[in-house]
Amino acid sequence: MTEGVAKKFMFVNRTAPYGTAYALESLEVVLITAAFDQDVSLVFVEDGVWQLKKGQQTKGIETKNFSPTYRALEGYDVEKLYVERASLEARGLTEADLIVDVTVLDAGDLGKLMAEQDVVLSF
Amino acid sequence: MLNIVNKSPLDRNALDACLRIAAPGALLLIEDGVYAAVRGTAAESRITAALARFRVYALLPDLEARAVADRVIDGVTTIDYGGFVDLVAEHNACQSWL
Repeated sequence: MTEGVAKKFMFVNRTAPYGTAYALESLEVVLITAAFDQDVSLVFVEDGVWQLKKGQQTKGIETKNFSPTYRALEGYDVEKLYVERASLEARGLTEADLIVDVTVLDAGDLGKLMAEQDVVLSF
Repeated sequence: MLNIVNKSPLDRNALDACLRIAAPGALLLIEDGVYAAVRGTAAESRITAALARFRVYALLPDLEARAVADRVIDGVTTIDYGGFVDLVAEHNACQSWL
């Protein structure tokens, strides 16, 4: 395989898990993108921060609990996870509530990071 | 009337529409609607205010899936699927605020 160009891909997650399929679909595309050795970062804003909430138990709704996958991202060299501070605070959450280590950013800094990307995909 | 809300109050205005328009009665939060029943969010006051006019229920399996079952607002009753069926049977009609 010829060596391709690595682009900066950002996945912006703005939806809660389980209520819609967006969160799971996003994870799948993230893993595919990482498999192509691209520069991947994930952003969680608004209800997207609920995706990372520790302690999800989905047996009762008979749906796959995909939250452990966020912990496995490191193994795919996906280590840039960003959460917007105001989104966390509006939901009564702190970093200690999250299943993975993240970088918490203010909206302004997040916006700058978004502007540096080659590709931004929204879920 | 049993009012049912399945959208997050921090993303959509389904809950606001329900609380603004519906006559006092019962409110059941399911799916992403259960985030309205969580303590400490920016939407908390909407449910604490609604408790004066509505009996408020939240579906426990949906709370557990979203890892928020341990932070339900006081006064909100959690129910399982059997309780959901009972509520539907007890009321003359259901209204889903989609």
